[in-house]
Amino acid sequence: MRARISLAACALLVLCCVPSGPAAAERIVASVSNHRVRITSSFTGLELVLFGSVERDGTSVPRHSGYDIVVTVTGPRETVVTRRKERVAGIWVNVESRSFVDVPAYLAVLATKPIDAIAGPEVARRLRLGLADTLLPQQIGADLADVVRDDPFRMAFLRLKSDRGLYLEAPNAVTFLTPTLYRTSIPLPAEVPIGEYDIDVKLFADNMMVARTSSAFEIIKVGFEQFVATAARDYSLLYGLSTAAMALMTGWFASIVFRRD
Amino acid sequence: MQIYLPIADLPVNVFLVFAMGLAVGFISGMFGIGGGFLMTPLLIFIGVSPAVSVATVASHIAASSFSGVITYWRRKAVDFALATMLLAGGFIGTGAGVWIFTVLRSIGQLDLAIALSYVILLSTVGGLMIAESVRAIMRQRHGKPVELRRPGSHTWFHGLPLKLRFKQSRIYVSAIPIWIIGFIIGFIGAVMGIGGGFLLVPMLIYFLRVPTSVVIGTSMVLTLVTMASATLLHAVTNHLVDAVLALILMIGGVIGAQFGARAGQNMRGERLRLLLGMLVLAVGLRFAIGLILKPDDVFSIRLLEGE
Repeated sequence: MRARISLAACALLVLCCVPSGPAAAERIVASVSNHRVRITSSFTGLELVLFGSVERDGTSVPRHSGYDIVVTVTGPRETVVTRRKERVAGIWVNVESRSFVDVPAYLAVLATKPIDAIAGPEVARRLRLGLADTLLPQQIGADLADVVRDDPFRMAFLRLKSDRGLYLEAPNAVTFLTPTLYRTSIPLPAEVPIGEYDIDVKLFADNMMVARTSSAFEIIKVGFEQFVATAARDYSLLYGLSTAAMALMTGWFASIVFRRD
Repeated sequence: MQIYLPIADLPVNVFLVFAMGLAVGFISGMFGIGGGFLMTPLLIFIGVSPAVSVATVASHIAASSFSGVITYWRRKAVDFALATMLLAGGFIGTGAGVWIFTVLRSIGQLDLAIALSYVILLSTVGGLMIAESVRAIMRQRHGKPVELRRPGSHTWFHGLPLKLRFKQSRIYVSAIPIWIIGFIIGFIGAVMGIGGGFLLVPMLIYFLRVPTSVVIGTSMVLTLVTMASATLLHAVTNHLVDAVLALILMIGGVIGAQFGARAGQNMRGERLRLLLGMLVLAVGLRFAIGLILKPDDVFSIRLLEGE
């Protein structure tokens, strides 16, 4: 039974790796240095290494322009409110707000070249390659819809996320070590949210996508960090009582230590 | 030394947080205030989300006020009878405050309401305290006796019924103004997310004529009870109390509060009130500047809570 499941898993894996590009026979493989990032009390962010190779066979047509790669790392989904302030009667007040619904908490676009040099605007838009083409649905009344690229709220959201290192577009982050072997690093800042992360690797040649593969990793809390987080969520009353008791103990202890009279 | 906070989800420098706890603890021990109106903005400034800041600060204040209560209690500078009466009004006020909080949030201008009430309340209270204490200091300079407590002078609420005698504070007043003061403190505390000590101290001094020495210890008892219950409430409802952050703040806070309490005891009442008035006014003005000046970025993002 067990053998059959793993056989099925292998078959599935092979299926996943089959290139989706039409006539082209290139394949792209990718692997990430660590599939499980553990957050401990000393975590201050890290860089994950992603590497892989482009595989060609006899039927592959020669590529004059060489290969280009776009790696997209997408974090867990969240809903974020973006607000705009305006001066009303002399003071700055939030006058307008937009909700971005189920947008990635983390988004990194790593490429060998600037996106517009890899693919034409039509392809870039269809494949949602760069940050500018990423789908960011907003709550508009009862509907969910993305807006034009230069919408001020959309631009402000991208800018504020980028300032915190949670969104990034790095045009020269993917490097080819040999004509077929590539490597890049995924920078995860200290505030990176925990959850599942998807990696999507696209291979381009002659302004067209010729192969695609995906991988994933997860960020989890372990040890003491996980213990505290679980306690706060699942045993909230006990957690609250112990925190309050800890406060009283600390206060009482200090008054003993510092007693002079 | 960096440490990753399990609930706030970000690494902080242990020594920086410890120093913040120490500084705010000193101030809270000295003036008998919780210091929440100082600590919450500081935590937000180092990157902790506002919701986690408010929830965690409550436990920090509980710790430093408990150590303060013990210190003042040993010096017989706590009026427990008065504190109990104030708490009775305070609980009703907290309930009303939470209700208004929900209403304001549904209208969508809670942030503005909080900032505006900080400005109005802190500037008014700070200004009044400065004016009064400067007058008291001037009177002293001119060789006139300090006239804070005039035994013969009665205000209108001394005629109210339900009179009670508070031996520790040496006052004989109606329970009604005490309940009203407790209600106001509880209400404001719930709406603005502060302990309200900086409001309670002047109210007790000016309206009830409680001696300055007893006021601080008594106010700390009130702060302790409200903040310990707030910690529990935040932990149960929002799961946002960060115990690791709280512990670092607490240790700094209680040490600071010990030294603060000593410094406060050695200082003259009107000097203490002048300093507190200046501090309160400064924070109020800081909020006013934040509202008036053009912000660096007119846009802001915030994660939608409660998912």
